[in-house]
Amino acid sequence: MRLTSIAATALVALATASTAAHAQDPFIILQSTTSTENSGLFKHILPIFKAKTGIDVRVVAVGTGQALKNGAKGDGDVVLVHTKAAEEKFVADGFGVKRIEVMYNDYVIVGPDSDPAKVAGSKDAVAAMKKIADAKAPFASRGDDSGTHKAELDLWAPAGVDVKAASGDWYRSTGSGMGQTLNTASGMNAYALADRGTWISFKNRGSLKIVVEGDAKLFNQYGVMLVNPAKHPHVKAKEGQAFIDWLVGADGQNAVRSFKIEGEQLFFPNAATGELKKAG
Amino acid sequence: MLKPLDENTGYGLGRRPIFPLDACNVGFSDGGRQLLDRVSLTLTQGLKTVIMGANGAGKSLLMRVLHGLVKPEVGAVLWARVPADAEVMSRQAMVFQKPSLLRRSAEGNIQFVLGHLNRSEAESRTREILERAGLSAVARTPARLLSGGEQQRLAVARALALEPDILFLDEPCASLDPASTMAVEEMIETAHQTGTKIVLVTHDIGQARRLADEIVFMSGGRIAEHTAARQFFDGPVSAAARDYLAGRLHVPGYSAGT
Amino acid sequence: MTDPASIFLLAMGLVTSGNPELYGIIWLSLRVSLTAVAISCLIGLPLGAALAVVTFPGRGAVIAVLNAFMGLPPVVVGLVVYLLLSRSGPFGVLGLLYTPTAMIIAQALLVTPLIAALARQSLADLHLEYDELFRSLRLGATDKIAALIWDGRYSLSTVALAGFGRAIAEVGAVIIVGGNIEHVTRVMTTAIALETSKGDLALALALGLILVGLAVAVNVAVLSLNRAAKRLAYA
Repeated sequence: MRLTSIAATALVALATASTAAHAQDPFIILQSTTSTENSGLFKHILPIFKAKTGIDVRVVAVGTGQALKNGAKGDGDVVLVHTKAAEEKFVADGFGVKRIEVMYNDYVIVGPDSDPAKVAGSKDAVAAMKKIADAKAPFASRGDDSGTHKAELDLWAPAGVDVKAASGDWYRSTGSGMGQTLNTASGMNAYALADRGTWISFKNRGSLKIVVEGDAKLFNQYGVMLVNPAKHPHVKAKEGQAFIDWLVGADGQNAVRSFKIEGEQLFFPNAATGELKKAG
Repeated sequence: MLKPLDENTGYGLGRRPIFPLDACNVGFSDGGRQLLDRVSLTLTQGLKTVIMGANGAGKSLLMRVLHGLVKPEVGAVLWARVPADAEVMSRQAMVFQKPSLLRRSAEGNIQFVLGHLNRSEAESRTREILERAGLSAVARTPARLLSGGEQQRLAVARALALEPDILFLDEPCASLDPASTMAVEEMIETAHQTGTKIVLVTHDIGQARRLADEIVFMSGGRIAEHTAARQFFDGPVSAAARDYLAGRLHVPGYSAGT
Repeated sequence: MTDPASIFLLAMGLVTSGNPELYGIIWLSLRVSLTAVAISCLIGLPLGAALAVVTFPGRGAVIAVLNAFMGLPPVVVGLVVYLLLSRSGPFGVLGLLYTPTAMIIAQALLVTPLIAALARQSLADLHLEYDELFRSLRLGATDKIAALIWDGRYSLSTVALAGFGRAIAEVGAVIIVGGNIEHVTRVMTTAIALETSKGDLALALALGLILVGLAVAVNVAVLSLNRAAKRLAYA
């Protein structure tokens, strides 16, 4: 029976440790996207916010679609994503209080060095996509209802390409996050649409490089919303709003501006001005 | 084992009688083969009963039916004219051919059946029981590391720790050397003297001669003979018993009994 | 950078660096998985033993389901627990989503069928051996179950280790219900998934190597504890 009592004691100790671990600082849950998390932005700005307010921001990084769904269910206090139309619907449906623009970066089309579709150097994203389709060059898509996925579909439509029909052929829908999709593209020498932040911090590039950038259509705006406390009373409205106010205020915007990888700025704050700068 | 006896009934004080033990028309078959064929048998208190017979005669099965491990297809087992209830069940014990010891120490095996006692009582009872079985020195040894003889002594001691009114033993010495066999037989004899009814299955004619007061001889799922031991060995009535004993009597080391 | 030697060196460097973040992740992994396995054992061992001992109509079906559940996909378990613990779900008021407790619940759900099924298998053999003795002693089901678990404790510790192996290695459930939140719910497997998605395959592999080392360490610890207990405390 000695072993049993040792096991019981250990269990109690472990269980106590588990509960003790989350009865500490005030915290909010931020539903956000893999692109912001993977780039390392949060790691850079959140400690600054915490030092100022003592509030811990716990980031759940999923696709934009998933982040909005989780927010709609009340599983988060603040949502920071990058698909304007879906965000506006989120607010209109009463799940979010108000959409505020925070920052932008841009998308880039990356592709293999060999560039089978001959699109390198182009500034016209839609034309490049059409060429990729015409060449039946492999293309790795997020396919996960994320902001980047939606942005990609917004490029195929004007190019008149039916990717559904090509799926499984040259069009590969990975159904995974930005990094995973880039891993896939790198592995099969495929083209892919990526946000610049993830791309810059991505380490497993293989022969991939940026082939198209600088088109206004590749602009990528991030917006932030407080989950509606009227819908979900448990939402930490005070702390959540404090985070939003900080993020769109001078301190937060400077924090975003100061995040650089190898000297390169990844996100461009535009909350204060609300200006729609051209990317690139 | 030192329970006070009621002068009139011979049972422990305050306990109702359980004998005679009757098997009434007990039948059991398996896949069309009649393993027990309408067996009727009456066992009384006090005598050491030895059940003998060739392999497959139904000895072990009959013992299991009596002990309540196997439910007969037809017939019934009655204890003092009534079927066994929980109390009667609790007054029996059985020792198997394989000692079936728990994966615990020798004392752990004894304590396992003393769950009704409090800790200190159980410990002192265990010491006493192991002492009597000559196993004090190996009390803390894992039961499965004991010698074959020690294991079976432990199994008998564990059965006796229940203070049964009747002890069933199914070939308890089948794989033991002569010295170990003697030690087990001594334990059986002592149990008998303190009032426990003994029912033993054995193939060992020498053992049967040493221990039996009466013999139940089985053949083909029936009872061929049920007589006093002396009479059985002096002049078996049934042909089956004669053949059985004759076959055995050719084995060197046994003197002819006829 | 992803050749075995440099991965090994990277892993060693990480372990010896004393990086509090890494140690936090390792500690959380152990805490979550060990607690989940302990809970699973509390439920699964008696359940498995009961299925070895008690016969009832439909027992075969229960065992078949249990055996099938050994291969429950972690992501499905994660999703179910997510829906239960979501603020919009039946247990939303508890506010457990994205906490280590949620991860423990998910892993316990994942591992309990495995432990119950393996325990049943291992104890069924033991029960076959003890059956006549138990019935001769007129033991009730509870006593039988307790005796089987105690006597089978050494083989059951291997069962618990199998459960631990499944828990510590799975990512599908904890990433959904834990959210892979840095310093809060990030464990070894979700950290590996994150580094992989960042394309830092070398770091991901090094973390994987540490995870394997961790699993080996727990196995060695339990098995040698076992041997010591067998030697010293055989009672």
